[in-house]
Amino acid sequence: MNILVCAKQVPNTNEVKIDPVKGTLIREGVESILNPDDANALEEALKIKDKYEDVKITVLSMGPPQADDMLRECLAMGADEAILVSDRAFGGSDTWATSNTISAAIKNAGKFDIIFAGRQAIDGDTAQVGPQIAEKLGLPQVTYVQNFEINGDEVTVQRQLENGYEVIKVKTPVLLTTVKELNKPRYMNVKGIYDACEKEIQVWGVNDIPVDKETIGLKASPTKVFRSFTPAPKGKGVMLEGSLKEKVNALMSGLKQKHII
Amino acid sequence: MFEKKHEMLKKLARKFALNEISPYAQEIDQTGKYPEELAKKIIECKFNCITIPEVYGGCGGDTRSNAIVTEEIARVCASSVSQIMPNSLSGSPLMLFGNEEQKQKYLRGMAEGTMIGAFGITEPGAGSDTSAITTTADKEGDYYILNGRKCFITNGPICDFITIFAKTDTKAKGVSGISAFIVEATWKGFSRGKIEDKLGIRGSKTCDIVFENVKVPKENLLGKEGQGFKICMATLDSGRITVASQGLGIAQGAFDEAVKFTKERVQFGKPISKLQNTQFELADMATKIQCARLLVYDAALKKDTGKPYSMEAAMAKYYCGDLCNDVAYRSLQLHGGYGFMKDYAIERMFRDARIVSIYEGTSEIQKVVIAGHILGK
Amino acid sequence: MENINQYKNVWVYAEQRQEVITPVVFELLGEGKKIAKETGSELCAFLIGNNVASLANELIAYGAEKVYLAESPLLENYTTDGYAKVLSDAINEYKPEIVLYGATHIGRDLAPRIAARVNTGLTADCTKLEVDPEDKKLKQTRPAFGGNLMATIVCPNHRPQMSTVRTGVMEKSIRNEENNGTVINVNLKLVKEDIRTIVIEIVKHKKDMVSLTDAEVIVSGGKGLGCAEGFKMLKELADTLGGTVGASRAAVDAGWIENANQVGQTGTTVKPKIYFACGISGAIQHLAGMSDADFIIAINKNAMAPIFNVADYGIVGDVNEVVPMLIEAFTQYNNEKELA
Repeated sequence: MNILVCAKQVPNTNEVKIDPVKGTLIREGVESILNPDDANALEEALKIKDKYEDVKITVLSMGPPQADDMLRECLAMGADEAILVSDRAFGGSDTWATSNTISAAIKNAGKFDIIFAGRQAIDGDTAQVGPQIAEKLGLPQVTYVQNFEINGDEVTVQRQLENGYEVIKVKTPVLLTTVKELNKPRYMNVKGIYDACEKEIQVWGVNDIPVDKETIGLKASPTKVFRSFTPAPKGKGVMLEGSLKEKVNALMSGLKQKHII
Repeated sequence: MFEKKHEMLKKLARKFALNEISPYAQEIDQTGKYPEELAKKIIECKFNCITIPEVYGGCGGDTRSNAIVTEEIARVCASSVSQIMPNSLSGSPLMLFGNEEQKQKYLRGMAEGTMIGAFGITEPGAGSDTSAITTTADKEGDYYILNGRKCFITNGPICDFITIFAKTDTKAKGVSGISAFIVEATWKGFSRGKIEDKLGIRGSKTCDIVFENVKVPKENLLGKEGQGFKICMATLDSGRITVASQGLGIAQGAFDEAVKFTKERVQFGKPISKLQNTQFELADMATKIQCARLLVYDAALKKDTGKPYSMEAAMAKYYCGDLCNDVAYRSLQLHGGYGFMKDYAIERMFRDARIVSIYEGTSEIQKVVIAGHILGK
Repeated sequence: MENINQYKNVWVYAEQRQEVITPVVFELLGEGKKIAKETGSELCAFLIGNNVASLANELIAYGAEKVYLAESPLLENYTTDGYAKVLSDAINEYKPEIVLYGATHIGRDLAPRIAARVNTGLTADCTKLEVDPEDKKLKQTRPAFGGNLMATIVCPNHRPQMSTVRTGVMEKSIRNEENNGTVINVNLKLVKEDIRTIVIEIVKHKKDMVSLTDAEVIVSGGKGLGCAEGFKMLKELADTLGGTVGASRAAVDAGWIENANQVGQTGTTVKPKIYFACGISGAIQHLAGMSDADFIIAINKNAMAPIFNVADYGIVGDVNEVVPMLIEAFTQYNNEKELA
């Protein structure tokens, strides 16, 4: 079985803080990590490899050169092969352009029975690239996968809903996007790290993949960033006034107005 | 000094230590019990067999790797370092002097997590004066009859085997009559003393081991008769870097606690980190920790690249042993009254630090070693 | 893209599940109405399903001037293949200028698939939509970087301009029985083989008790509760919000609750969306564990309690009087939400 895992190296946005004076993001000292949802995607692939014979896992990422650190971690966790798709030409891509690039790279990498991708990246937070890759490759998709079973060429998954889940059956090849409830990603181990450092990570540029150059990068992206800004800082708190009943009412309307609830 | 694999290893060890070990550090110290699940996870990450060669089920890794992992683990829980002892104290005698059968059995056993090893030189009458051991091993046909007592043995209460040192030739002068043996805990005559009630590293179990006419098969002689002292010194020499990294880790952990606490603790209308004394203390401790770090990893690099390292290893152990106690003391002082309470991690770190300047060769012995290198024998 | 001027009107994807319109749709209609007005076009709803014709009237009552109705037994349950084909075909045929989807588990599955199929731009999880007064293009603002950064996105040269919109943010439209609108039956070119996934079962359940570190809502109690019983009351409040109960060290030491619930320096550090500090004074050791919460509500008898320095809303009062009132208020709010 051939499995492809789409992975992205992201800044650990849980650690990012905003400079209270300049109102800009403080990115220094923020670690670059394997996107958490993608770790779940890789873990599910590794579980299949643990269980069945003859499973090959390829991890693919579109990113800057330093993303090879993240790919090496994926190899250390147990992936067989890693491919970095990197070129200045891909810079500034929105999700549409990204999915064109990644799907072309996947076509170049071979035929896969299952493609696992994390539901969303913690920097872009769009959750769009997975489904868009599935569309470009003409594959069926199931998103928000929180449980997975495979029997031959048939996959049975639980698709998470806001208040429950659906049980869905689909035949391979298929693209699945994974959520954190699916599994607990394993740690790398010492031997895995040593082996991973011996492996070569392939790097593919724009000329190495069958992609239409008119559909990649900043220029081709349908969406553009008009501007970005940090959210207004939390102001001083409000001491509610009046009788207890009035305070509670004020609290409720305040919460509704601020969309806290 | 470091390669990509070392960077990745540090990242892994730190993440593991923070997420898996740190939440249990207090409980481990207070109960003296090591959670089985956690011990298993450590083995899954293969932290327990970093330096054991691949052919015996290990990772075939280097000294720097072991030092990095030891440091990160000690940083959150000094007791947990015993879990990776096969890399040094319990593994080295076999790695350096074991024959093929011994390595396949005992090294592999430890690498795969099915066996726990220990190292026994110290006796009630022989601490720094290792040649004063009185345990005897008398040859009788295909066996050696072992009699004696070893004390302060780490993993003593739980080990499956122990590498011990005994006199095979009581008439020989000095240390030349000492031989090394691998002794299994299930053999008749092997018994364990009570678990010691220690000041620190209480999550690492320690006890006496008593040998009463234990029949040790000749296949379990480690190396040659009379080679025992050499094996013991080689093991301790090589283990020095590991203990130094434990000290470095404890110092770093205690320092981390000081930084965290002083930023939060408000007195005189501001966090105490704004006070110059605090700042000077932190600056001084950080500088000394950096010195320690360079000592440790330079010694490790020398060992890894086949250069002489014995003096540097002794310097690292000597320096780190004193440093971790100093940093723990000063960090606790910065915590004020809170540092005296068991709810705060520094209280445990302060107690854990105390052993580093004592075991696997006291600071005084380290100075003897260093002076020996300077002045020649 | 050739002639983007051919694209007109604002479409709202009228998500329905088991013949119930998802609440966010009414928010989209509310917002869509404003956008339609500013772009001088019509607000339309796109309804997909089986036996859902009656829902079209609801959509009209909430402001849709046209409802495109796509019905088929094949569309009874949501499937990516089925719904994406129907809506993409319709987009290509009717050429809406703007399409809005709720950022629900369905919306975030469907919208990107469609965007890739019709080759247009999609902006995810928008919290604000504006029409540029000059060029009439849609400006879509949304959070990124885990909420640390806001970005305003435009889709200048591709149509339709599409957004998935975060639920619970936009103003719901107001129902008006007098509203008029037309229903247009959409011609479907859908066959069984187009749909590659099979929905075997749909399971609804209440979420299990969540751990402190994962909880989005935490209701914490301190010495001010007065007794262990107080935690029962806090649990009730937590339940109305799908949250978890926390505690200050003082409450744990008093034996009122297990120390697994302790939040603070020597307890657990939490970062929920909402943190209720009930009868908690706000000692530094407690704040160290929760001051990063997104929104903090403090209730304490003592107006000078340090907790009020970090609270977004402070209520000075007896926690044993205030919390029951909060339970009532939130229960009522939940009922209103369900009926809506």
